[in-house]
Amino acid sequence: MTRTTSGPNIRPNRGYGRWTPFWFLAPAVFTLFIIGIYPTIFALVTSFRRYNIARPRDGFPFVGLENYTSVLTDGTFWASLFLTAKFYITVLPVEIVLGLVIALLLHKTGMGFLKSLARVTLVVPLATTYAVVGLIGRLIFNRDFGVANWFLDALGVGGLDWLGSQAGAFAAIVIMDIWQWTPFCALIFLAGLSMVPGEIEEAARLETSSKWSLLKHVQLPYLMPGLTALLILRSADVLKLFDMVFVMTRGGPGSATDLVSVYIQRVGFRVFDLGTASAQAILLLVITILLSRLYIRVLYKEVN
Amino acid sequence: MRRSSGPILHALGLTAVILFTLFPFYWMVSASFKTQADILASPPVWLFTPTLDHYREIFADSKVIGAVGNSLIIATATTALAVMLGAPAAFALARYEFRGKSDLWFWFISNRMTSPIVLALPVYILALQLKMLDTHLVLILIYLTFNLPIVVWICTDQFKSIPPDLEQAARLDGADQFTIFRKIYLPLGAPGIAVSAIFSFIFSWNELLYALVLTRRDVQTAPVVATSFMSGYELPWGKIMATGTVIVLPVTIFALIVSRHMVRGLTMGATK
Repeated sequence: MTRTTSGPNIRPNRGYGRWTPFWFLAPAVFTLFIIGIYPTIFALVTSFRRYNIARPRDGFPFVGLENYTSVLTDGTFWASLFLTAKFYITVLPVEIVLGLVIALLLHKTGMGFLKSLARVTLVVPLATTYAVVGLIGRLIFNRDFGVANWFLDALGVGGLDWLGSQAGAFAAIVIMDIWQWTPFCALIFLAGLSMVPGEIEEAARLETSSKWSLLKHVQLPYLMPGLTALLILRSADVLKLFDMVFVMTRGGPGSATDLVSVYIQRVGFRVFDLGTASAQAILLLVITILLSRLYIRVLYKEVN
Repeated sequence: MRRSSGPILHALGLTAVILFTLFPFYWMVSASFKTQADILASPPVWLFTPTLDHYREIFADSKVIGAVGNSLIIATATTALAVMLGAPAAFALARYEFRGKSDLWFWFISNRMTSPIVLALPVYILALQLKMLDTHLVLILIYLTFNLPIVVWICTDQFKSIPPDLEQAARLDGADQFTIFRKIYLPLGAPGIAVSAIFSFIFSWNELLYALVLTRRDVQTAPVVATSFMSGYELPWGKIMATGTVIVLPVTIFALIVSRHMVRGLTMGATK
């Protein structure tokens, strides 16, 4: 990025002064540098130190790669990454299938009013403050009076100690995530479906009465870019996921819902071992950068 | 071709979608109007006499009022800053070609994808050293890390759609780039700027991790305070749900205003 801020590289274009873009970009780039890059470098430096603010007497000596070796050999860090992957693999297929069904329902002709109403309500879960989603989860999945157990009772299945049991707590955060993010998938697929040219879709409908082959042969190609975007963006979102899980379970019981961001937060701000937490955060950042690279390579070809 | 049950199934499906998306929201709002006894009832009470007690309680609670005020100050200030810094940058990205432009894009996009915990740790230490913990300023600045990319993204898109002829004409009249930006791009790009500002406001308003880590007492935001009620033995469920409703309501209204742009805001333009 530093190259952009160095004027001489800027090619004069259509008669503009070569320094003009620099003046327009400088304030934003400078600000992001101070608040984004500088702290990242600081985290990198901290990751090479012993930095426990609960024990200031020890000082903050440099310890080389000690934090990294201890993180990489620490089972709990790997466990939190695996749990994050498990969460991703659990929520995403459900969100994609439900999202596609909803998109197809919204794409179908007829039911004008009901359809616009459904289209509008999709925005509600997406806008709900993530922390408040967690609060709602605590209410719905309460063991004694939660409405989730009432549903289970109505279905003839016994009640569950959702947030008090390992499997229950994981299921509860999965359900809340599916609630919040299925609309996102639906809206992306709906945008894809509306890209199918009307004539082609009509012609295909005359050719075949099978909705399945219409979906597979005509609509699917238009859904693929959205699907790719979903796979990558949702993986980044799951790596970021903190608010909802923190409010609902704090990573517990035990480590049943200890997703990677929740886990690092605890190491940093409950154990106050900022050196180790920084090393973990840097590793998380590396994963994210690889994901972003992938994301850009796949989806922003036209920018480059 | 279509069976006669088609429309009925379609209507049922759409109704199911609406129930699915609204139920948790409805459950929170209805709990905020229930007495504690009704909330704790098992099986759950579906019909009840609504009470405004919880709202009276939170509007008399200086902690909640203060937190909503803090959220308002922080979200508004960070949004204003993001637009002031982001709109000119978007202008440069929409109208100029220069080396390193794709690196700049990459940087903006990785900001969208980075977990806040990565920055929360070093910013906490830095703020501690600079005695900036528990100030509005530290949150206003750190929220720029996700607001600025959003504003730049949406505004660049918007500015690109402004026909270059206008600019040519202005240039023939001797206008310089700053005048062109101010007199042509800002007014014509206003809808995009407004959308990006709304997104920036929503994301800042909803944020919890930074607010949790970087505030102590004076500057706690609304989500932090709502979360803090979740401790102790007898949880004040009605109060918690009333606070939740007060937090969610304004952003839901904003989100409905920009609902057509929702996908663009959340994907940063990856899908057109």
